Amino acid sequence: MSLGNLVGNYEEAVAMILFGIGFSNLLLQKNLIKKIIGLNIMDTATYLFLALKGYIEGRKAPVVVDGVQSVEAYVNPIPSGLVLTGIVVSVSVTALMLSLTIRLYRRYHTLDLDEISTQLKKEGK
Amino acid sequence: MNFVCNFPFISIIITLFSGPLCTILSGKWAKRVNEAVIVIVGILSACVLGYVGGTGEAFVYRMGHFPAPWGNEIRVGVLEAFMGFFFCVIMLLCMVAGAREREEEIEESKQNLYYVMVNLLLCSLLALIYTNDLFTAYVFVEINTISACGLIMIRQNGRTIEAATRYMIMSLLGSGLLLLGLCFLYDLTGHLLMSNIKEQVHILAQTGQYHIPLMVSVGLMSVGLAMKSALYPFHAWLPDAYGYSTLSSAAILSSLVSKGYIFLLIKIFYRVVGFEVLTGSKVANVLFVFGIIGMIMGSLNAMQEDQITRMIAYSSVAQIGYIYMGIGLATQEGMVASIYHVISHGATKSLLFVAASGLTAASAGGTRYRNLAGSGYRNKLAGIAFTVGSLSMVGMPMFSGFISKLFFAQAAVGHAHKMLPTFIALAISTILNAAYFMKMVISIYSPRYGGNEEEDASYAVQDGWNYGEVSHKEMRRNGGKVIFMKDQPVKAAALICFIVLNFILGLNSEPIIRMIQKGLAMFG
Repeated sequence: MSLGNLVGNYEEAVAMILFGIGFSNLLLQKNLIKKIIGLNIMDTATYLFLALKGYIEGRKAPVVVDGVQSVEAYVNPIPSGLVLTGIVVSVSVTALMLSLTIRLYRRYHTLDLDEISTQLKKEGK
Repeated sequence: MNFVCNFPFISIIITLFSGPLCTILSGKWAKRVNEAVIVIVGILSACVLGYVGGTGEAFVYRMGHFPAPWGNEIRVGVLEAFMGFFFCVIMLLCMVAGAREREEEIEESKQNLYYVMVNLLLCSLLALIYTNDLFTAYVFVEINTISACGLIMIRQNGRTIEAATRYMIMSLLGSGLLLLGLCFLYDLTGHLLMSNIKEQVHILAQTGQYHIPLMVSVGLMSVGLAMKSALYPFHAWLPDAYGYSTLSSAAILSSLVSKGYIFLLIKIFYRVVGFEVLTGSKVANVLFVFGIIGMIMGSLNAMQEDQITRMIAYSSVAQIGYIYMGIGLATQEGMVASIYHVISHGATKSLLFVAASGLTAASAGGTRYRNLAGSGYRNKLAGIAFTVGSLSMVGMPMFSGFISKLFFAQAAVGHAHKMLPTFIALAISTILNAAYFMKMVISIYSPRYGGNEEEDASYAVQDGWNYGEVSHKEMRRNGGKVIFMKDQPVKAAALICFIVLNFILGLNSEPIIRMIQKGLAMFG
């Protein structure tokens, strides 16, 4: 195995560890804001993974400059396109989650999801 | 290319643009636009179904006419067209039946926003059904999640907001896993179009290269979609979301939203991974086990539930367990049974929700067993509809639930390891279903005044009656307002349509089963 390969795998391992951190935060944290931070870490880790996979050593971003039209000179633009789409999705779900959090906070004055459930049970509706 | 081939794309575009259009319309007009859109899309899907049924093979529609590995594609076979049509029918019935509740429960200024969500939901469901591109599927999965979240929280109270938050959290976990699995697969194969990925996966499977990443990717996608469709351990958000949202939301969420994800999963198994690779992997076994646990635990939870909508919601958990059990059998017959159950459950669960709301309305808004006593007499049609739905869920012959149970059992016959667990789970689950659904049916047909003098007197006082002066028949009717069919003609018509649909599915299942088999053959 060449050193370049090893370095590449090292970066992907980092992406997976970040994904795990984000996933478990979103699942296990009680605090809604921390959950949302977890969500963002999880999504960003996926984009890191995609960006890593789309990059080819020594090639440039697919924008034609100086008249170089050889396919060999550029990286595949699709992974970057996927990352952009993913970012749009992630921004919108984050906004939705934040707005839900604001609603809940105004009503129950806490960010703790378990406590909100307890209060709801007390209301008995 | 025939003009009909444009229809799937046109239906997606119509629904997509009618969503933003509704933001500038008043609630009344938004409702009309929404109903018109659903009807148009239903008709278009029916045309596509007729066309594909005639030619006998699936067609590919290239978006923007870019050739295969680069462009985005829509691929339509018999099953996709039928699902599009079926989803439109159910959605129209749900929307029509819940119109009155929506007017009462949603603020005046937010009426039109509801229709934005419904249109976008239909758009994403259609796109999930028709698309041949994995990443497009992911994007529409997210649109589906966001609009479903809107449907839950449009009725503003603490419960629904909390339920929407829990729903979002579970869904986001699921879509995170789906996205990661999809990236793995893209990384391995270099394609995003389903058919192209399948060719590459086939080569990988033959050479045995990258076996572990491939299985990880399939596992991630399955678990992600299972989470989103509320397979048993991920169902915590479901009872609140279904139980407290407005009627049409509950009916649409239970019978359509989770089904869209299941359909996508089946499509991924057939068209992306390939059925041979799936049967060779252990992923299906995991789904099988969780499906069986879900069947039993969902029913047990439903038994403990006192409130009618939450009981029906828990029953959904059990029914989703059935569907995953069928997928988990990893045979052609199992898939057919699962898809039939998707259809049958879609038709029955929405019927139950609509009927339950009718019964509640006839019991002065009470939703518990005791409040509902005798409500079958007060709202006759809702009582009959609820009975039909319950019998179908339990699996009585003549009703659609029976056919799907029969096919699940047939699919399991001869399966080396999974035959016995399937039979046992089916038997236990049927008994449990019968226990809680029949309890409810008996309750709605038993008079509130049962003969025990003291209890009757105390109820009579609650109801403001002078016990002893009125006959039992009158008392049985009392405890809520009596609702006749002519008071709510639209809702009554929707209920009758649901009942008829149920009987059609139950008595005339042969052509549908044949179509599912044909559709699955076109899938690959």
